Amino acid sequence: MQLETTPRDDALVVTALMDRIDAAIAIQFKDDLRTVTNGEAPRVVLDLSHVDFLDSSGLGAVVAAMKLLAPAQKLELAGLGPNVEKVFRLTRMDSVFTIHSTVDAAFDGVAKAS
Amino acid sequence: MPQLQNLNNNSFRITFPGKPLAVRSALAQMMEQLTALDLSDHDRGNIELVLAEAMNNIVEHAYIDTPDGMVELQITPTYNGLVCHLRDEGVPMPEGKAPSGSPAPLDCDTEELPEGGFGWFLIRDLAHDLNYTRISGKNLLSFRISVGAT
Repeated sequence: MQLETTPRDDALVVTALMDRIDAAIAIQFKDDLRTVTNGEAPRVVLDLSHVDFLDSSGLGAVVAAMKLLAPAQKLELAGLGPNVEKVFRLTRMDSVFTIHSTVDAAFDGVAKAS
Repeated sequence: MPQLQNLNNNSFRITFPGKPLAVRSALAQMMEQLTALDLSDHDRGNIELVLAEAMNNIVEHAYIDTPDGMVELQITPTYNGLVCHLRDEGVPMPEGKAPSGSPAPLDCDTEELPEGGFGWFLIRDLAHDLNYTRISGKNLLSFRISVGAT
């Protein structure tokens, strides 16, 4: 399992440890993401900072996971590198997800609000 | 095991079975060879993405019923970018042409968001001179990826 989970504030941070989310692992990734988030916090922040490459299969897996988690849980993304960000941007999927530059940035607003 | 050849005319050719892990390995080997061209990260990212999408299509569609079908990728650096040729012996593309890759609309409810169909959109967005033909039972896909523009 290449996903690491860390509770933080009222959310769950899921760190993807693999360097590629491609056709070879997309389905496994989606299933594992669902497994580790099942029954957990309503806010899930997926840390993609270790991921150097993501293709349309990987994108589809992230979208599918987001749909599976909804409506009880919201999937947000953090730490997208340039190649990963490019895929979300070109397909306009960056308008569908809440995307943070880093995991810490995903929690800055919450800290300031309290 | 994918076999990579460095051809005399500065082209690179690799032949590999149409399976996801073999695609990954072949892509890695090809990207390693392309480091000799000293491309920008931006260009390398585009190349790797387009090649992955095109090769995945072969595995998932052309070879849907042929798990051991072979794929041949040849890349030729030119003044105008990298010219790529992909050849497989799988089923033809639907209606004899490469899909248009029109993106599905995203202004819908979450449960209606598309989970697929992005591959051809990305290929057409990032590559030029896309051409698909079928000759003697083989699919031939060629395209060019510009480099050095940014």
